[in-house]
Amino acid sequence: MLHADAERMAIPIVITLNGRQERLNVAPWVTLLDLLRGPMELPGTKKGCDHGQCGACTVLIDGQRVNSCLKLAVTLDGAEITTIEGLGQPGNLHALQQAFVDHDAYQCGYCTPGQICSAAGLMNEGHAHSREEIRELMSGNLCRCGAYTNIADAIEQVMGQRSGKSYKEAAE
Amino acid sequence: MKQFSYIRAEDVAGAVAALSADPQARLLAGGTNLVDLMKYDVMSPATVIDINRLPLKDIETLEDGSLRIGALVSNAALAYDPTVIDRFPLLASALLAGASPQLRNAATTGGNLLQRTRCYYFYDPSSPCNKREPGSGCGAIGGVNRIHAILGTSASCIATHPSDMCVALAALDAVVEVEGPDGRRDIPFLDFHRLPGDEPQYDNTLAPDEMVVAIRLHPDHFAANHSYLKIRDRLSYAFALVSVAAAIDMKDGAIVDIRVALGGVAHKPWRNPLAEAECAGKPADEATFRQLAQRLLAGAQGQGGNDFKIPMAERTIIRALTQAASGTPQVQSEKAIR
Ligand SMILES: Cc1cc2nc3c(=O)[nH]c(=O)nc-3n(C[C@H](O)[C@H](O)[C@H](O)COP(=O)(O)OP(=O)(O)OC[C@H]3O[C@@H](n4cnc5c(N)ncnc54)[C@H](O)[C@@H]3O)c2cc1C
Ligand code: SF4
Ligand code: FES
Ligand code: FES
Repeated sequence: MLHADAERMAIPIVITLNGRQERLNVAPWVTLLDLLRGPMELPGTKKGCDHGQCGACTVLIDGQRVNSCLKLAVTLDGAEITTIEGLGQPGNLHALQQAFVDHDAYQCGYCTPGQICSAAGLMNEGHAHSREEIRELMSGNLCRCGAYTNIADAIEQVMGQRSGKSYKEAAE
Repeated sequence: MKQFSYIRAEDVAGAVAALSADPQARLLAGGTNLVDLMKYDVMSPATVIDINRLPLKDIETLEDGSLRIGALVSNAALAYDPTVIDRFPLLASALLAGASPQLRNAATTGGNLLQRTRCYYFYDPSSPCNKREPGSGCGAIGGVNRIHAILGTSASCIATHPSDMCVALAALDAVVEVEGPDGRRDIPFLDFHRLPGDEPQYDNTLAPDEMVVAIRLHPDHFAANHSYLKIRDRLSYAFALVSVAAAIDMKDGAIVDIRVALGGVAHKPWRNPLAEAECAGKPADEATFRQLAQRLLAGAQGQGGNDFKIPMAERTIIRALTQAASGTPQVQSEKAIR
């Protein structure tokens, strides 16, 4: 792609990114994932497969978890986007981030931002009521290190906290 | 990805006009299939028409009790819609068997209908593929064809349609509402997708300047006895090797109406309405189900790598119909098949 072409074909969009309004000009073929990791300098969101097959690129768009590798940025005019950086920061971690630390819910950590954004989306959706359902509804996030058990533990802990009792009790 | 120019359509008329002006252009909905294929240069439209602003996001119950689902309703919104869960649980179940939660949030009803095959050779521009490049040959015939079709194949193409949603819609005899420059028309679901024949480049019967605006479902059908059973290499986030949408209307253990649609086995969801009709009045038991399965699979032919699908399909049909008859549909979060 020639730089000049990209500039000529760029289309203005306004998005709210981690609470901040951004006025951008984006070429139509730029994915949200590449926009985040490149010009927006937010490398927390990871590129695993770039084809919707792994979930590493999961972010929240208007509160819903979505694979950012398959979303063209140009289609997002007016949208509110939250990445792992927007969920919480060192010193002020999101409950899910803290729970992942507490439960050792990763090894290499590459899938972790996607897992946590996905778990935040899962909780917004409110369709998981058992560990089995957490597992099924987290199946869009692969973990090459196989930290699945601890990931489910971390999510279960936060969901239990939110409902005021341990998740296992809640399920009984 | 190749460069393209971008049009943001504001209404259906605008999108149809843009399509008519350039039938090589492609509509962009959730993007989960089109953007994927554009990254592989399998589809390289010069123009992309973004339809996400179109007012096609409603699920409405019409006066006659039928349900009208806008083309831009997301797969997640449809699967969790209370009316759908209540009246068309077979559809909700099939949706939840497909893709992943993230993908279902982005994927739309129209896009799911129009998604393209997952044939590996189709995805690889350096391989011959009559669907991608008519006349170039078919890499899958005599090649690696574990995921390919056993029914309705041709000498040109043995690809399958990969959708789960469409298998349920086929069983429910849905209607596809489409709009083109001359207005709207209805396409019965079984006529929407087509067999490959010698023109596998066409997945369906939609004209190049038409778009899907909605899907309609007939009033209350099969809410009590149904099951969507999907067999795949891993238990989530994988396409079907074989899937079955089963639905039965029963009275005193006898079949009043029965529907079976198969996924993962053909270029379109596979049904045999004649064989279904012949089941009327027969007991809803394994002997009837086995007979129906054999009728549905009549003429099935393996391609070498997928021969296992023939006995697997027979067993899956019988199991899904048994689940339906006993009122215990497959639960998509529970992996045990009972
Ligand atoms: C990793 C992965 C796993 C998946 N697993 C499954 C699975 O198990 N089961 C399953 O069923 N699906 C699965 N899918 C496929 C997914 O369901 C489809 O990609 C999705 O439904 C497509 O919808 P979309 O809105 O994103 O379509 P888009 O990508 O936007 O469009 C797809 C096609 O439809 C056309 N189109 C879109 N809307 C219209 C319209 N209104 N009228 C006419 N044409 C239109 C577009 O031009 C394009 O050609 C999977 C996808 C991925 C990436
Ligand atoms: S099966 Fe169809 S899609 Fe696959 S390589 Fe052959 S022609 Fe192409
Ligand atoms: S990078 Fe988007 S799903 Fe893998
Ligand atoms: S922690 Fe390494 S991929 Fe999940």
